[in-house]
Amino acid sequence: MSGSTTVYVPRDAAALSVGAEEIAKRVEDEARKRGKAVEIVRNGSRGALWLEPLVEVSTANGRVGYGPVAPEDVTSLFDAGFLDGAHHQLSLGVVDDHEWFAKQDRLTFARVGVVDPLSVSDYEAHGGLVALRKALTMDPQAIIDEVGASGLRGRGGAGFPAGIKWQTALQAQVGQKYICCNADEGDSGTFADRMLMEGDPFALIEGMAIAGLAVGATQGLIYVRSEYPHAIGALRAAVLLAAESAILGRDVLGSGRVFEVEVRVGAGSYVCGEETAMLESLEGKRGVVRAKPPLPAVEGLFGKPTVVNNVMTLASVPWIISHGASAYRDRGAGRSRGTQVFQLAGNVARGGIVELALGVPLRDLVDGFGGGTRTGRPVKTAQVGGPLGAYLPSSAFDVPMDYESLLAIGAMLGHGGIVVFDDSVNMAKQARFAMEFCAEESCGKCTPCRIGSVRGVETIDKIVAGERRRENLELLLDLCEVMTEGSLCAMGGLTPLPVKSALDHFPEDFGIESVEGSTRGATA
Amino acid sequence: MSQFADSEGSVLRALQAIQETFGYVPDEALDTVAEVCNVSRAEVYGVFTYYSDLRSTLPAPNVVRVCIAEACQASGSDSLVAAIRAELGLDVHAKSRSGETEIAPVFCLGNCALGPAALVNDRLLGRTTVAKIRAALGDPR
Ligand SMILES: Cc1cc2nc3c(=O)[nH]c(=O)nc-3n(C[C@H](O)[C@H](O)[C@H](O)COP(=O)(O)O)c2cc1C
Ligand code: SF4
Repeated sequence: MSGSTTVYVPRDAAALSVGAEEIAKRVEDEARKRGKAVEIVRNGSRGALWLEPLVEVSTANGRVGYGPVAPEDVTSLFDAGFLDGAHHQLSLGVVDDHEWFAKQDRLTFARVGVVDPLSVSDYEAHGGLVALRKALTMDPQAIIDEVGASGLRGRGGAGFPAGIKWQTALQAQVGQKYICCNADEGDSGTFADRMLMEGDPFALIEGMAIAGLAVGATQGLIYVRSEYPHAIGALRAAVLLAAESAILGRDVLGSGRVFEVEVRVGAGSYVCGEETAMLESLEGKRGVVRAKPPLPAVEGLFGKPTVVNNVMTLASVPWIISHGASAYRDRGAGRSRGTQVFQLAGNVARGGIVELALGVPLRDLVDGFGGGTRTGRPVKTAQVGGPLGAYLPSSAFDVPMDYESLLAIGAMLGHGGIVVFDDSVNMAKQARFAMEFCAEESCGKCTPCRIGSVRGVETIDKIVAGERRRENLELLLDLCEVMTEGSLCAMGGLTPLPVKSALDHFPEDFGIESVEGSTRGATA
Repeated sequence: MSQFADSEGSVLRALQAIQETFGYVPDEALDTVAEVCNVSRAEVYGVFTYYSDLRSTLPAPNVVRVCIAEACQASGSDSLVAAIRAELGLDVHAKSRSGETEIAPVFCLGNCALGPAALVNDRLLGRTTVAKIRAALGDPR
C-alpha cells in the first residue's frame, strides 16, 4: 500500500521534556528527504515515561513502538524500516503486547497516549461520548445510583465516596449549582491528572458534563495549577472543540440540556488544592481554608451547592456509565473498588503510570513495574501518597495498595503517587523538608500548622545536631500531636505523617536508636 | 480590565491578567483592580501577597524554575542545585538573578518520573543538567 504511514510522537509535557519535539521534527524532515508519506500524530504519553520519547508506528499488526528515541536515532530508524514496523535496537514490539502495558488494567487511562487528544472523532472512535449519550437518557438519580454502586471514591486524596457527594448536591434545592474539577495536583510524585488533561481532555469534560446532569449543575470550572502550562493549553483547546461539537454549550448533544466549562488557572499555592481553599481562590480571594460544615456540596462556590472532584474521579465516570457500575466494582479490594492510577516517581528505573485494581502490593509496583531504583542501589523507602504521606521502609512493601490496608499501617493512598528513594537518602532531612514545606505552604489559619511546622524544623535540626536529644525528640512528638489534633485541614494535620514515619522506621538517621528507647515511652 | 467588572470573584483573575500583560503587577495596578472590582485596596493587596506566582518586580528575560520537591530530591535535585551554583553562579534557594537570568525553586512540575525537573521559561526539562539548562537558555556551550 502506498498510503501514508501514521507515526505517533507524544506531545505530553514529560515526553517533550526529554526531547519529543526534536524527534517529531526529525521524523518529518527525514520522511520528506526520503519521499515517504507520513502522518505524524501528536498523542499523549502512554505513561511509560522511562521509554520517552516513545515513537509508535501504525502497522497491520498493531502499533509498534521504539524508545527511548534520541534525535540521532531517527536516521537509523528509517534505515531499519521502522515505518513498516521493522526491527531496530530500540524496538519494543507491539506496544499493547509489551508486558509493562499488557499487565495493566487501564480504564481511566484507556485512551491516554492512544488517541489524538484534540480529535473529537478519534475520541468517539475509542468509546468517547457513549456515556454522555447514555446519561442524557437517564434520570439524575439513576446516574448517581450508578456512580454510587460502582464504589468510586475520590481520587484527590480523601477517598470520599463520589456517589454520596453527588447525592448531597442533587438534594440541595437551589437553582445554580457548580461542578468544580480539582486539577491543582500539587503533590510531588503525582502527574496522572496532568497526563490525562494533556492526553485525553475530553474524558474529563465528559465526566464533568455527566456530573452536571446528575446533580443539576450547568456550569463547570476546572482549577488547574499554573505550573502546568501544557495541560492548560490542552484543556483550553479541548473546551473550545467540545463547544464546537456541541458536547458543551446550551444544547448538549442536541438534548436541550446546558453545560459549560471554564478553565481557571491557579497562582502557585499548594493549599489551594484543598477543596475549600480552591473555592476561595475561584472566588478571587486568598486561598485560605474554610471551616466545614457547610460542605461544599451544600454551600460551595459563591455559596451555591458545588461538587468538587479530582480529575481522576471525574474522568473515571464515563467508563463507569458506559461499562456499568458492576464492571468497575468487580475490581479492587475490600471497600476500595475499581482501579487506581498509580504514579511511579523519583529514583525508579521504570517510572510512569501504572493503572491497576486497588489492592496490588506496593512491592509489585516498586520492584515489579518500577524495576527498583534507577541508580541501581537498594531501595530504602518509598513515600506513598504525596508530601503528606508516610515514608514506608522496603520491609513494608507487601502492603496492599488500597485505602484501608494503608490506613492500617499508618499510611495513606492520597492521590496514588509513589516516590522511590535509594539508600543514599537521609530520612531526618526528609522529615525536616516535610515540616519546611508545611511552614512554606500553610494558609496560616491554624497556629499548630503555621507555627508548629516552623518549630518542627528547628527541633529536627537540634535532634540531628545532638542537642538535648531526648527533650527535643519529645518536643517533636508533642508538636506532631498538636498539629494532628489542632489543624483544620490535612496540611497541618498530616504533615506529622511523613515526619513520624521517618522517625519510626529510620531512627538511626536522626542519631537515635529507637523512638521509644529515646523518650520516656511517651509515644503511642 | 472592564471584563472583570461585572464578573464575580475577579480580583485574582484581574491580577493574573495584569501580570500576563506586564510580566509583573505594578503598584498602581492594585488601585485599578480595587476600583474595577469594587473592593478595597487592602483586599486586593491581601490577594496579591498570598499567591507566590504574583510578583511586584519585572522578571529577568529568562526565568528558570528548579523543582526541589520530594520526587526530584530522590532523583538528585540537590546535586543539580549545587551544580547550578558552581557553574552558573545562581542560587536556586535564594531566588537569585544574574544578568539575563533569574532562578527560583518550585514545588513540583509534574515531571516526577523524569527528575530532576526544571522549567526554563515555558520549556519543561527532564533529567535536567546544567548543560540542558544552558541549551534551553540558548547558550549551547
Ligand atoms: C493541603 C491539601 C492539598 C490538596 N490538594 C489536592 C489536589 O491538588 N488535588 C485534589 O484533587 N485534591 C486535593 N486535596 C483534596 C481536596 O481537598 C478534596 O478532598 C478533593 O478535591 C475532593 O475530590 P475527590 O473526592 O474527587 O477526591 C488536597 C487537600 C489538602 C488538605
Ligand atoms: S492546617 Fe494549615 S493549611 Fe490547613 S487550614 Fe490550618 S493553617 Fe491552613
